[in-house]
Amino acid sequence: MSDLVVRLLQSSVCFGTVIMYGAIGEILTERAGNLNLGVPGIMYLGGISGLAASFFYESSTADPNGLVCLVISLLAAFLASALGGLLYSFLTITLRANQNVTGLTLTIFGGGIANFFGGSLTSLAGGVGQISVAATSAVYRTTIPGLSGLGIVGKLFFNYGFMVYLAIVLAIVMHWFLNRTRRGLDLRAVGEDPATADAAGINVARNKYLATCIGAGISGLGGLYYTMDYIKGTWANDGTIESLGWLAVALVIFATWRSINAIWGSYLFGFLFWVYLIIPGLARKDIELFKMLPYLVTIAVLVITSLRKKREDQPPASLGLAYFREER
Amino acid sequence: MTQVSQHKDPLLRIVKRDAISRPKAYTIRLLAVLLSLVVSGAFIFAVTHLDPIRVYEAIFDGAFGTSRRSWVTIRDAMILLCIGVGLAPAFKMKFWNIGAEGQILIGGVITAGIMRAYGSALPTPALLVVMAAVSLLCGCLWGVIPAVFKAYWNTNETLFTLMMNYVAIQLTSYCVALWENPVGSNTVGVINQMTGYGWFPALFGQNYGLNVVLVLALTAGMYIYLKHSKQGYEISVVGDSQNTARYAGINVKKVTIRTMAISGAICGLAGFIEVAGVSHTISTDTAGGRGFTAIIVAWLAHFNTLVMILISFLLVFLQKGAVQIASQFNLNDYASNIITGIILFFILGSEFFINYRVILRGRKEADGK
Repeated sequence: MSDLVVRLLQSSVCFGTVIMYGAIGEILTERAGNLNLGVPGIMYLGGISGLAASFFYESSTADPNGLVCLVISLLAAFLASALGGLLYSFLTITLRANQNVTGLTLTIFGGGIANFFGGSLTSLAGGVGQISVAATSAVYRTTIPGLSGLGIVGKLFFNYGFMVYLAIVLAIVMHWFLNRTRRGLDLRAVGEDPATADAAGINVARNKYLATCIGAGISGLGGLYYTMDYIKGTWANDGTIESLGWLAVALVIFATWRSINAIWGSYLFGFLFWVYLIIPGLARKDIELFKMLPYLVTIAVLVITSLRKKREDQPPASLGLAYFREER
Repeated sequence: MTQVSQHKDPLLRIVKRDAISRPKAYTIRLLAVLLSLVVSGAFIFAVTHLDPIRVYEAIFDGAFGTSRRSWVTIRDAMILLCIGVGLAPAFKMKFWNIGAEGQILIGGVITAGIMRAYGSALPTPALLVVMAAVSLLCGCLWGVIPAVFKAYWNTNETLFTLMMNYVAIQLTSYCVALWENPVGSNTVGVINQMTGYGWFPALFGQNYGLNVVLVLALTAGMYIYLKHSKQGYEISVVGDSQNTARYAGINVKKVTIRTMAISGAICGLAGFIEVAGVSHTISTDTAGGRGFTAIIVAWLAHFNTLVMILISFLLVFLQKGAVQIASQFNLNDYASNIITGIILFFILGSEFFINYRVILRGRKEADGK
């Protein structure tokens, strides 16, 4: 039984890490007033580009270097996702297209790109079989030597790849940035009231562009963690990244736009998703019903926050609206 | 000593247009579509090295190459159109119903369930009526739940409807596991394959004739409802300004809930048409992302259901073409999502040039009007 509980908690942390990245990036984006529903697409882009980059590197050398694998895949994932964010920014900020529709399109597009190349990259490169990057995945799954052997504590806290810890650090840094730095406060001002921020001399467009692109880059790391660690350096056309991406969007609300809350929120979502592991005697069909839990909890949170109407739990005031200086 | 820095106009200025003539607006949109076709063609060329002209030939061949392919294109365009028609009233009211996916699935699941359970008990016409009615009700329920919370407590409907999708998906997975046939396959298989109970009958000698008639009737009905009925007018007032609506004595809560009931019901009906009239089975892919694509169809058509016919056909045409090319080159179907994305990005971007004018430095504002 205790083995099962340990497995459940470990799975929760891994599951949570994927959506935590997605949510931290989206929090940055939404704080600047852009509701990017393209998070699933961006996570797809991050996942596939990291995978593709290390695939080409690994197949070009006989003895791939771990550090190079790591740098290449991280950079590729971050840049490709940020590019997705740039496309979204250009359409919504410069061309003032509707944010929701643009975001949904980005989700369709990103999913298309990722599943297309994920499914046919090997055949395009002249090989056969499923894409696989064993060497890179091994780097991502290296646990802390020594500490991970510390019995149950080691299993629960130190038995993960580095990206699990990076996510927590990012969440804390993001919280500090948004609440304690001049730039962070400027960015939030843009999200609350762009006209006032503009009058105060803050460059609205630059803040929005930067927040959306960097936010997208961070969200994309969730996809990278998913392909490299969660499914061990392969690809599956099963739409999991998309459903995780939507959960990340939901997590932003759950965390009431505070990245610190996203840390425990994401693990809680993971726990709810995997809780069927410790319930004995479930048939496969019952498991499907249990997997509904994170979504039901999100609905409950949505309803409860809307009933309480606490001022500090509300979304940024201009979320989802385009800003045009000459419009009153 | 102070130096006065010379003020310079920015290189490009953006000015809102007062109005744009209809032909000009459509020329801009047409240009956007053409540009997107060039970019999609370039993408296909980059992946397959197929001669660019041959790319478009192959797309056309994939969509209309044989009479069977033409009917498949028509069939899929009809489903997409049906969902778009369902979404139109909700979006016109500025209610972000991202939950079409779930509303379709729940309508489809209940249709499949009835088809399995009562296939032999009722004659097919009666069965079709029952399935249609129940799928309408289920889709309606799926739409009304978030609407009630939105109306009374202003709960964020975008995320609520989105989460309802996943509740529906998990329910579908549950039913698929429950009904799987053969056991262990994790699919339901074609329901009533031998008998065809509960399947759409052929109309005018065409298997998908009834689909076309049903969806076109809905499209025309929705056009009239939105343009020429009192309720349609209320929807557009609420969509433009809730305060104005309240001032004019419109019951915003009632309109919100009623409109979402209609929207959800039609999406549920789309699930019924897909299951009883097309696939005769159910899986979590029954909606297949079309609930999202249809949002964009409705949005781009500015909720004019007649324009939606064109847009649905354009999207399905390109998707079929992309699938055809992908299968020729042993690539996978997701190519069609890439193409859809490219087209939509271009059309979305083109709206800017319809609403705004870009003026070069030195030109007068009055130029080019």
